[in-house]
Amino acid sequence: MNEISITQILFVSTALFFIGMYGLFTRRNMITMLMAIELILNSVNINFVAFNKYLYPDKLDGVFFAIFVITIAAAEAALAIAIIINLYRSHQSIDVEDANELKY
Amino acid sequence: MNASVIIFYILSAFILASALLAVVSGKIFRSAIFLLFTLIGTAALFFWMGVEFIAAVQIIIYVGGIVVLIIFSIFLTQKSGDEMPKPLRNRSLFSVLALIFGFTFTYRLIYEYGFVQTAHKSFNVKVSEIGAQMLSTKEHGFVLPFEVVSILLLASMIGCIVIAMKIKSPERTDIQ
Repeated sequence: MNEISITQILFVSTALFFIGMYGLFTRRNMITMLMAIELILNSVNINFVAFNKYLYPDKLDGVFFAIFVITIAAAEAALAIAIIINLYRSHQSIDVEDANELKY
Repeated sequence: MNASVIIFYILSAFILASALLAVVSGKIFRSAIFLLFTLIGTAALFFWMGVEFIAAVQIIIYVGGIVVLIIFSIFLTQKSGDEMPKPLRNRSLFSVLALIFGFTFTYRLIYEYGFVQTAHKSFNVKVSEIGAQMLSTKEHGFVLPFEVVSILLLASMIGCIVIAMKIKSPERTDIQ
């Protein structure tokens, strides 16, 4: 085995995606859930770049998608943290179980 | 086994180990630091794949921006040294089961698919090509998504300020 094939890179990104899903399922703290979402977005980025490199090396579309995903992840993180800080001011807690006014 | 293969294995082990520690670690500050290591490892993987521009963008935005933002919000909202409550045993058991099922299912699909790799053309991305295609209005240009993302960034920035702004409570002394 002298070359890394695309399947091995996809193994890494799939494992990273499901680790992020595990964090999203088990954590109840909003900041750690945000971290899990960042892990998921990272695994998607690895996928885009790997597909571009191995399947379509003469195009750049995967690279552009990775750039846009990174940009939108930055916007999403900033917005989520603004919401978290606002929630902390009104509830003194950032646990998702405590924010249940809109539940019923 | 040449050097590139060994570097790939080391990088992926590093990424997966630190990601796993980031989602199971009990203290929230440690979890943020492990997230930082995961992002740096991903940037190194991008370097390994030959897209230096994406790797640089990853380091600048994720490592320099998002992680710092997350650490700041940890300091603003809770005590960083405290242990977080452990997840319920039932919940973590069933999520582990669901994830093992999902992972094997997805990876089996990927494994059986049989990607046809194009005969190892060199893949080196020039930054000038990225810039030219990003701003071109021709057939494969990305100028419209670029503008849409700029508007999105502006809107989210204004939205952040509006959401996180403290509204001054009206002066009570005037009313009474």
